[in-house]
Amino acid sequence: MAINTDKNSYTMIFAIVMVVLVGSILAGFANGLKPTIKANERYERQQNILYAMGVHNNQGKGDVEFISTDVVEGEFDKYIKKQLVIQDGKVTEDDQAYLIDIKKEATAAKDPNYKRRLPLFVGEKDGKEVYVIPVRGKGLWDAIWGFVAVDPSMTIQGVYFDHKGETPGLGGEIKQRYFMDDFTGEKFLNGDVFEGVKVAKGNNDPKNTDTTDNEVDALAGATITGDGVSAMLKKDVRMYVPYFQKLNN
Amino acid sequence: MGLLSKKDAKLILDPLADDNPITIQVLGICSALAITAQLKPSIVMAVSVIFVLGIGNVVISLMRNIIPSKIRIIVQLIVVATLVIIVDQVLKAFAYELSKELSVFIGLIITNCIIMGRFEAFALGNGPWRSFLDGIGNALGYGVILIIVGFFRELLGSGTLLGFAVLGDPVEKTGLYAMGYENNGFMLLSPMALIVVGLIIWVQRSRNKALIEEN
Repeated sequence: MAINTDKNSYTMIFAIVMVVLVGSILAGFANGLKPTIKANERYERQQNILYAMGVHNNQGKGDVEFISTDVVEGEFDKYIKKQLVIQDGKVTEDDQAYLIDIKKEATAAKDPNYKRRLPLFVGEKDGKEVYVIPVRGKGLWDAIWGFVAVDPSMTIQGVYFDHKGETPGLGGEIKQRYFMDDFTGEKFLNGDVFEGVKVAKGNNDPKNTDTTDNEVDALAGATITGDGVSAMLKKDVRMYVPYFQKLNN
Repeated sequence: MGLLSKKDAKLILDPLADDNPITIQVLGICSALAITAQLKPSIVMAVSVIFVLGIGNVVISLMRNIIPSKIRIIVQLIVVATLVIIVDQVLKAFAYELSKELSVFIGLIITNCIIMGRFEAFALGNGPWRSFLDGIGNALGYGVILIIVGFFRELLGSGTLLGFAVLGDPVEKTGLYAMGYENNGFMLLSPMALIVVGLIIWVQRSRNKALIEEN
């Protein structure tokens, strides 16, 4: 059987058949796996929020261990008392608030007429109320994001950071325990003024014993990622300040 | 090896040493630099490439008589891209944590020159079984180097292996660090991958003089 594979018509037909075939295989895969992938993303969001407020399976030093995906939905309902959406100063409850896409909101907010929706999760752990704020910003290569748990005085109770493509071993270390744990106890406010928490080089406090300086020790070799973390905390947490002012008055 | 004929065994064993895709043919260097800062991504990358190259070589080999030669590179690219997307989707659905860790690197398999190289140089001219062996062999040869480089870069750069602190704690100054040892942060940067690969090439060629090119 000899086919003349050099003929133009054959080449065209081959290309068309191939594209249709490959297209349908991939479409089939994408469709079949979509529910599982979506569920994974939902669980991850819940795990991250719970991690920030201190609900996790960490055991040894340096562990970053989420509670397992089988129980996360139940635990999320147990620990998160209220899911709020703040829009233009008005606060409403919405039990799907954790699915709000911060990135889309930030993009939409470039339009001055758009009132940005700010999700806020009110949780309770060991009798204490914590407020989990989602944040998102830019690292060196790509997006970085996270969740910050604060108490009513905006003192950090715990954080979780993640990144899309920071350098492993350098900027990628923002999701390591030794970096994230440094944030606990730091304050966003300096007196009554919002100051943020800065990732600082050479702040003479590498062990982070001083939690009143609004600074945590930076990662060596990851200046831009660290600056990204500072900027993201400042920009995104600031939007929640009016809510906390109202809360405390 | 009773299972494979001598000729077939050579297809697997040669790329592991004397015809190694990285150290001898100097292919696939880009991903070898990018992902070897830690051991775990190196291992997963090796496994993914074994899968993609093994299957891809078979697919191309099966189609070798019907592929129009004018568009053969595009056809090869489509085959790699399809396999890589399937790997990516399956990881996202069933090994979500892992897929997050590898994120862009899975996509980078598409650009790995070893894969296109083997399709073009071997699968287009050989049967499916031999192409399969050739694919597995070359991917293994690539993986071995990746794992060696990842091992040294993580050990010397971060003092850990697969995330476990094997040399003690650099902050608390225990283990080796108590004696004044420090991690070499330079190991984490891409240039050091090149230097480690260079050292492997040096060792390999000084042990086997036949590999040294004449100038």
